[in-house]
Amino acid sequence: MKDFRADLHIHSVLSPCGDLDMSPRRIIEKAVEMKIDILGITDHNSTRHGPLMRRLGNEKGLFVITGAEVTSREEVHCLAFFENDIRLSLFQDYLDEWLIPFPNDPDRFGHQVVVDENDMIIDEVGNLLIYSIDRSVGQIEKAVHELNGIFIPAHVNRQRNSIISQLGFVPGDINADALEISRHTGKDEFLGSNAYLTDYTFIQSSDAHFPGDIGRAYSVLKLQEASFGEIKKALLKQEGREVVLP
Amino acid sequence: MKVSDLVRELGLRVYSGEKGLEKEITGGYASDLLSDVMGNAGDGMVWITLQTHRNIMAIASLKELAAVVLVRGLKPDADTVASSDAENIPVLGTQERAFELAGKLYALLNDKLGENEPASHNNEKGN
Repeated sequence: MKDFRADLHIHSVLSPCGDLDMSPRRIIEKAVEMKIDILGITDHNSTRHGPLMRRLGNEKGLFVITGAEVTSREEVHCLAFFENDIRLSLFQDYLDEWLIPFPNDPDRFGHQVVVDENDMIIDEVGNLLIYSIDRSVGQIEKAVHELNGIFIPAHVNRQRNSIISQLGFVPGDINADALEISRHTGKDEFLGSNAYLTDYTFIQSSDAHFPGDIGRAYSVLKLQEASFGEIKKALLKQEGREVVLP
Repeated sequence: MKVSDLVRELGLRVYSGEKGLEKEITGGYASDLLSDVMGNAGDGMVWITLQTHRNIMAIASLKELAAVVLVRGLKPDADTVASSDAENIPVLGTQERAFELAGKLYALLNDKLGENEPASHNNEKGN
């Protein structure tokens, strides 16, 4: 097994809260500089920078896993990842179907722009992406797994928008592939007050909104190679693959 | 005041947990953050929320709440109904919003508490 440094929670300029410097090109550059091997692109309720990020990553020898940070009806944030552009676009259809429509006010929330590999704006998303989609966290988990995706409740230690803040505790019947903790805590500290979650795999990520945040927190994945299937095996602790927090 | 009195006074719908309708109500709590309810609600309270996930029953049971009221016509999830029946904690419903329902519950509970008050006021004056 080889060690892969993975930062699986990064916002681009498409997220209203993402810095204007967070173009796909700039994110890839910065991730390479920070010696990240596997990068997850997770804009709020949108996958639209995924395919470009994957292509730019390939050119630089960086494996990009594409997905989104979905907001459920209960305002729980969860990471969802998909193996290829077809499944990613099917999940985009799901997001388009269920996002509660509310127009973005760029002055208040920030711009939601899609850019190309040269940082040129090619589209702007009209509906506010930090709103909820009208599906429960359990429904989202099922939709993600129907597309053979990876489902990870985000920053579960946080006091807002986490599965624990919104639902009190992680429901026993949620089929999460892992749980993410933010860079503000450690696994042992978190488990100290949440011992019932000991059996889960934990990842830690930067949740970067600015270039300087990329790689500030990461997980080490022990894999044969960087691929979607290998990452999923590591999260599920299969065949010797695993996740280690630094 | 019992849960069944509340159902009658406010015209609430009873979705489940009928065996808990005779419980006494001590007060109310309105919140949609389950972690907040877990920390701040108390025994015998009626919880006003728009959350329908089964976890509401786990928290209602843990905090020994008298009942849960879902606002805006929201209905409990199927497994929430099952938990409510198993725990004998009623899940009730209203078409009203949390603000209006909380106001009515507050007035109702204060009325009932007020019925006992004149005696103690007289005592104070007597002192």
